[in-house]
Amino acid sequence: MVELVARTPCEGLLPYEAGEAELSEIIPKRITSLAPFEDSTLLKPLKTALGVELPAPGQSVKAKDGRIVWTGQNQFFVLDAEVPALDAAVTDQSDAWAMVALGGAAAIDVMARICPLDCAHMTASQVARSLIGHMPAIIIRTKTGFEIMVFRAFAKTLVNEVSHVMDAVAARGALST
Amino acid sequence: MRLTCPICGDRDRREFYYLGAADYLDRPVEGEAEATHRYLHLRDNPAGVTRDLWQHEAGCAAWLVVERNVTTHEILQVSLAKDEIRDAR
Repeated sequence: MVELVARTPCEGLLPYEAGEAELSEIIPKRITSLAPFEDSTLLKPLKTALGVELPAPGQSVKAKDGRIVWTGQNQFFVLDAEVPALDAAVTDQSDAWAMVALGGAAAIDVMARICPLDCAHMTASQVARSLIGHMPAIIIRTKTGFEIMVFRAFAKTLVNEVSHVMDAVAARGALST
Repeated sequence: MRLTCPICGDRDRREFYYLGAADYLDRPVEGEAEATHRYLHLRDNPAGVTRDLWQHEAGCAAWLVVERNVTTHEILQVSLAKDEIRDAR
């Protein structure tokens, strides 16, 4: 019997540090995509199980054992928490995404170089779908920095591009001191 | 160029994908050859206000109807395509 070894999307690539920015991998217990039907009363079991309503566009909310993140028009990701049986389009995407945390004092400068969005104006728990380089990404603002999700197949590109920018920001910082 | 997505707000051009004239929303009745021909091939090409379909591809994925002036590059209105269809019905 072949023994398969599970690897996380960024295994062997992270953590990475440069100057005042740090990049590390986040491994959610599970990622469940949720696309509700029009009748919002169908979502009652979700509210009962997780204790919160679905967040507004561009927002995420803390829920019991996890959180719910808005990820697009009529689409949400439930991170960590288990989704109860529900009348909605629900798919398990746990293995489909690479998720990283970008932190440190220079995190905003790094984002300014690699994302067309003005991330400095985001507030904690706000979410945006935008680009990291040329990759479509989910960007979540946290108290200490950003969480970035891209398709798992882009994990290496994500780490490569962000770490390259981190180096550049660190080099620029060293020049100006 | 920037577009204001009704869901996400003010965003950069590179997050969007352009499809073509908003005429694509008015699908003709099946079997009407003349209407189908018009739907597929005949377009006005005004030097002025156009209505086009765009998708917020790298954002919320919503299809948008963008009304803009191609001579002044002014963006006049951005609305969700699903609302436009609903209003037309």
